[in-house]
Amino acid sequence: MMPVLTILTAIPAVAGAAALLAGNRAAIARGIALVAAISTLLLSAWVWCSLGSSGAMSFVERADWVPGLGIEYHLGVDGLGALMLLLSAIVTLMAIAASRPNSKIASQQPGLYFALILLLQSGLFGTFTALNFFHWFLFWELSLIPAFFLIKLWGAEGRGPAATQFFVYTMVGSVALLLAFLALFIATGSFDFQVLAQMAADGSLTPAIQSHLGPISLWLALGVLLGFAVKVPLMPFHTWLPATYSKAPTPVTMLLTGAMSKMGVYGLLRLALPLFGHELAQVRTPLLILATLTVVAGAWAAAVQKDLKRIFAYSSINHLGYCLLAIFAIALPTGSDTAVQLSQTAALDGVILQMFNHGLTAAAIFWFLSMLESRSGGNLAIDNFGGLRKPAPIFCGLMGIALFSSLGLPGLNGFVSEFLIFRGVWPLAWLPATVSVLGLLITAAVILTVIQRVFSGPLPEKWKTFPDLTSGEILVMAPVLLLMLILGLVPQLVLGTVNPTVMHLLAGWRY
Amino acid sequence: MLAYTIYLSFAGALALAFWPKALAKSARVFALLVALAGLGFALAGFIAAAGQGSVALADLAWVPALGIHYTLAADGISRVLVLLTGLAAVAGILFSWYIGDKPGDRANEFFAFFLALIGGVYGVFLSVDLFLLFVFYEIAIVPKYFLIAIWGSTRREYGAMKLALYSFAGSAMVLIGLLAAYAAAGSHTMNLQTLAQYPFPISFQMWAFPLVFTGFAILAGMWPFHTWAPTGHVAAPTAASMLLAGVVMKLGAYGCLRVAMTLFPHGLDPWGWSFLGIDSWRMVFALFAVIGIVYGAAVALVQNDFKFVIGYSSVSHMGLVLLGLLTLTQIGIDGAVLQMFSHGVLAGLLFATVGRIVYERTHTRDLGLLSKLQLGKAMPFAAWLFVIAGMASMGLPGFSGFVAEVQVLIGAWRAFPWFAGVAGVGIVVGIAYTWRAMQRAFFSDTPAVDASGAAIPIPVYEPVTWAEKAGVFLLAGTSLLIGLYPRLLLDQIVPAVQALPHAILTGGH
Amino acid sequence: MNSLNYASLFQLTLPETILEVFSLLILLVDLGFLRKSAQSTRMTAACVLGVIGSLAAAICLVCCPQFTSNTAALVSSPIVVAAQIGILLLTALVLLLSFKARFSRNPGEFVTVVLLATTGMLLVTAARDLLLIFIALELLSLSLYILTAFSKSSAQSAEAALKYCLFGGMSAALMLFGFTYLYGLTGSTNLAEIAASLATQGVTPLLIVALVMVAAGLGFKVAAVPFHLWAPDTYQGAPAPVTALIASGSKVASFAVLVAVTTAVVPAAASSQASSQGASWTVLLLTMAAASILLGNLAALVQTSVRRLLAYSAIAHAGYMLLGIAANTPQSGTAVLYYALTYALTTIGAFGVIAIVERTTGSDNLDAFAGLSRRNPLLAGTMLVFLLSLAGIPPLVGFWAKFNLFAAVLRAPSTTVWGLGFVAAALAASAVSLYYYLQVLKRIYVLKPTNEEPLEVSPLELATLVLITAAVVALGLFPAALASWIPLG
Repeated sequence: MMPVLTILTAIPAVAGAAALLAGNRAAIARGIALVAAISTLLLSAWVWCSLGSSGAMSFVERADWVPGLGIEYHLGVDGLGALMLLLSAIVTLMAIAASRPNSKIASQQPGLYFALILLLQSGLFGTFTALNFFHWFLFWELSLIPAFFLIKLWGAEGRGPAATQFFVYTMVGSVALLLAFLALFIATGSFDFQVLAQMAADGSLTPAIQSHLGPISLWLALGVLLGFAVKVPLMPFHTWLPATYSKAPTPVTMLLTGAMSKMGVYGLLRLALPLFGHELAQVRTPLLILATLTVVAGAWAAAVQKDLKRIFAYSSINHLGYCLLAIFAIALPTGSDTAVQLSQTAALDGVILQMFNHGLTAAAIFWFLSMLESRSGGNLAIDNFGGLRKPAPIFCGLMGIALFSSLGLPGLNGFVSEFLIFRGVWPLAWLPATVSVLGLLITAAVILTVIQRVFSGPLPEKWKTFPDLTSGEILVMAPVLLLMLILGLVPQLVLGTVNPTVMHLLAGWRY
Repeated sequence: MLAYTIYLSFAGALALAFWPKALAKSARVFALLVALAGLGFALAGFIAAAGQGSVALADLAWVPALGIHYTLAADGISRVLVLLTGLAAVAGILFSWYIGDKPGDRANEFFAFFLALIGGVYGVFLSVDLFLLFVFYEIAIVPKYFLIAIWGSTRREYGAMKLALYSFAGSAMVLIGLLAAYAAAGSHTMNLQTLAQYPFPISFQMWAFPLVFTGFAILAGMWPFHTWAPTGHVAAPTAASMLLAGVVMKLGAYGCLRVAMTLFPHGLDPWGWSFLGIDSWRMVFALFAVIGIVYGAAVALVQNDFKFVIGYSSVSHMGLVLLGLLTLTQIGIDGAVLQMFSHGVLAGLLFATVGRIVYERTHTRDLGLLSKLQLGKAMPFAAWLFVIAGMASMGLPGFSGFVAEVQVLIGAWRAFPWFAGVAGVGIVVGIAYTWRAMQRAFFSDTPAVDASGAAIPIPVYEPVTWAEKAGVFLLAGTSLLIGLYPRLLLDQIVPAVQALPHAILTGGH
Repeated sequence: MNSLNYASLFQLTLPETILEVFSLLILLVDLGFLRKSAQSTRMTAACVLGVIGSLAAAICLVCCPQFTSNTAALVSSPIVVAAQIGILLLTALVLLLSFKARFSRNPGEFVTVVLLATTGMLLVTAARDLLLIFIALELLSLSLYILTAFSKSSAQSAEAALKYCLFGGMSAALMLFGFTYLYGLTGSTNLAEIAASLATQGVTPLLIVALVMVAAGLGFKVAAVPFHLWAPDTYQGAPAPVTALIASGSKVASFAVLVAVTTAVVPAAASSQASSQGASWTVLLLTMAAASILLGNLAALVQTSVRRLLAYSAIAHAGYMLLGIAANTPQSGTAVLYYALTYALTTIGAFGVIAIVERTTGSDNLDAFAGLSRRNPLLAGTMLVFLLSLAGIPPLVGFWAKFNLFAAVLRAPSTTVWGLGFVAAALAASAVSLYYYLQVLKRIYVLKPTNEEPLEVSPLELATLVLITAAVVALGLFPAALASWIPLG
């Protein structure tokens, strides 16, 4: 069998090296990047389409690596992983498409720029396919380093501190993860996710930790949680995010919010819940409070921002807050209560769908922001705009679709996933669900405000000649928006594959 | 085959000592060829011995009356370290390629001392007779003094003298212990394996172990005897720093394992009483090692001289090696040996970047000054090289340091859970100082404007030479290769550690 | 005393006789045939004859050694013969390095007195009778006083000789005093008989006084603290070849006799009386050893004159050797001799280099050595080897000598109480000693020369130095090469 997943991970890495060699020839570097991104997109789409319906791992690759250390090269994807691959491929392609060769970003060391983006993509692929801690962590870190440099070298004014803050926060999270998994290895002798999950399902993991290291499994759970919570982020570990998203070059922000933030949610689903479901159940209440806080406060913070990038940065926190809410809500003993199981399934379906939707929508919104930015000369203050729908109707129309998707308008993709989440969370944790509805309302208000302030109202003199989208740009965005629409109308396209995975995951979880 | 590494290096050193002045420029070519041949032999020996235990290389009566034999053998640990030495030698010469450009460089002397040092290091790693080991150990120390004092920079005479005296104080301690053991065991043999069988009384081991261990650990940069290391590293010319951090410090750690712990394993036993939880020499030295890890990293965090950052980082990383050894667990010692290799390669790479590629072009190592030079743009090769080397050095997965550090930490977690936690903090600080140095030196936010506010153009520096590039690719490639496929080394290290005397592998639970 | 007939005595002293004959021959040639010749010709002729004489005596010893019993007044055993051959070779080397010496207008007399001193050394080494020891030592000492003063135009030389003579005379007197007490206590002047007699009697204050006196006399010869005061001045003031002689052959002979005396006054029998006598002599030796090691090494740290530096280092080395003597086993005695011979060899080489540097720069200060490696790399290389060997760096012979000596000390049954502590101190001190040796080497290799001109050395001197270097290295690489001559271990 072809090592499809390895090839998928290797393509961007090799293309990155090639782009680096292109040096200052921006067009060539971007061309290489585009080719790589398109081919990975096709390949990951093929992976997605050829997934079985069992919900178990497919495309498994295993090879001995360092047996004495429990290190094995072990890859595989299920519905969750494959969806994330698809999302990463889409977002990367959008980011590369948004980095136009004549822009300021790509004109400084373009070879390096595209190489780093491709390396980041390689890191994403590796993270979403790895089933052994060793190389999972390798790719987890690998995605961090290029992100840092992309912000550091191509970011806006004030990028230095932002990049450092981003790096420090995520690094602290990584170290917590590393320590926790080292402890797990000492207790179990394995770094393999499936082995560890199996032990957790057997109920033998906690005793193993207890006997080797003492009663620290709760601490390990919190360590793992911290690693992922920073990445998503969960309040109060979010403070790096607004500065980072707003200072990063916009294509990078697309990657950060569209794909990298999903690494955190993915980690919670793949690792935190299966391994430490029992421990998380113990601290479910505080976690739910934090998740609710993330939803509501994220939305509220978005409401008071003046800068469009910051508004959507906080809005991202809010949107992923729903995922966290659902994940923490389902962390409770099920027994054989079918109603609870049904709610869990709905919530989890919603989470996975929300990951994909938010990735798509947020990346699209930031893509539009990058257009706005390049046309306005870098200023994204909300007060700077008004009445744009007159000079640029297509721009406003298309961006409107993305905004409404983000708002959760029925008929667009955002609605389905948020609905599923609330449908699942409500029976399991009605109070947080109720409070979180507040977040939905505020977000709606924020997005409507944006639409109103930017698209309508009086048109300032300077924007009289605001250029509309070119046909090329429309061509880039049309498929994405179309996808939003299709998913809004036929969510079954994704859910059909995700649902077996969810059932499979839930079947293995024991609290 | 491995033994030729020794003879070749010494023959090369001798030939260079009598090198005709007229041919001074060719000295480096000759030295490179010798080093390459040495690396070739090391590699061939390494590959040929795959899957085997200890390979005997030579056994001749040397001073029969004293029971001293010329006995060479190589087990997996030795072979790994010999390979490291070969790499460091080649890389060191590549980064010394500038020596010989000017007539006053005394190139032949430099390379003669260099090869003599290398020969001594090879010898230590291959000796089974303790006397022979000691002879090579001292041979490796002397040339260091001259390399630093003659071709060094900042306070070179001070740094060189301090290093030499520390080393000799350490080796005097070692010699006392060896002499005492030799006399106590009846003076018939200095063979390590034979002596290790001799049941030295516990009371004897209780003083001999700390003495010999400390003697060697001085050279390994163990806190609080580490102070020679940063000054020595800073004073040394690049190639000497590379060798110093790359292989000479490993001699100390190797001696700790091969001599102190093997001969006197019961010196590690508990005293029978404890003070503040410290109940054995093992705990004492583990504590020193942990302090070294954190202290070295913390000091590196506040240095302004770029080379001092790397110098203190060596102290920190060698602390990990010592901690790994003292865990007395299979995995911890595996990790320690791998860390020796890894640090040898990475320290070489870092010193080469900082001391050679950057300093030689900017003529400053002050981070404050470097931060104004926009080196990220002016010298992208050096900048990205440092990023890679720094990431490897901070223990990012994918590079050799990670696998080594993880094993040491696991071993430490089993043996001293608290120390493992503190060492983890040290590693985090390690990330911080590397990051800080990288940011300040290469990617500083300091706006590049002069006093009047006009933008300073990006300075133009000499291009990176082929020799520098070759050295960089050799070292960085090795680190990456080992990081991605640590079995290349572990397959030889693990059985060798398993074959160590049983008393050494009693740690953990 | 065993009676010896004159024929066998002559046979036994054949080497000494050869030396005497050659010394007379030199006088004859120098004063008789070469009176009008140039200074350099006379020096060359004298030295050539001197070298031939020493070598002839050595060959005589190698080819037809005469071994006698150990109880005679004048003994000859393999180890004594080995020491004597060593002394003769050392003298030959000193003379080889003296060809270019210009301190004297009387080369014939100079070489003659050197040969006389060598005769004294040979006799000292072989003597086992108090009287003979004293006479031989005086022959040696008087010759050395004269030699020290040989640079008649130099006030330093005269001062050094005077100091040497005054201290030497006083210590000789003390030693003689001690010898008479020993004779009074035991009724014999023969060491073997003294040993037998002492083994039957207890410690008396008189014995202790006697031992202290003897220790003072012999301590003076080996320049052990506190009888070392002459050494720095003499080493500095005397002409370089003379210093080399004092530091080499004279040391070997003195240590040989010290070993012999120790064997006599510390009986092998393990009776309680014997051990307490032994203890008092051992304590004396150890005190001297410790003080020498400490003071020698510390004082050497601050010297600026290389000669004085080597003088203090010689004191330190004497301290190490005294440890071996105090251990008092046959092996440790041999080890001391091995140490003394190899040390002497190395020191001659070092003083040879000093002489050359002094001749061109006019000074023996540390700074005079600056940049030597650039002015004459080969000469610098030889000095590197000598100094590193003195510092005890393997694989040079100095390291083996130290190792062998200390191993013998630790192995000796009598040293369980003090052996480890003193050896540890000695090793620690030798780590310190590296500092001052490196101070010289730093000048030679690191610093820039004040005068860039190449430093010319005569081929003969260079060849001699290279020969010594080769010996130091070869003996270091193959320490067992001399095993049939001076057994190791």
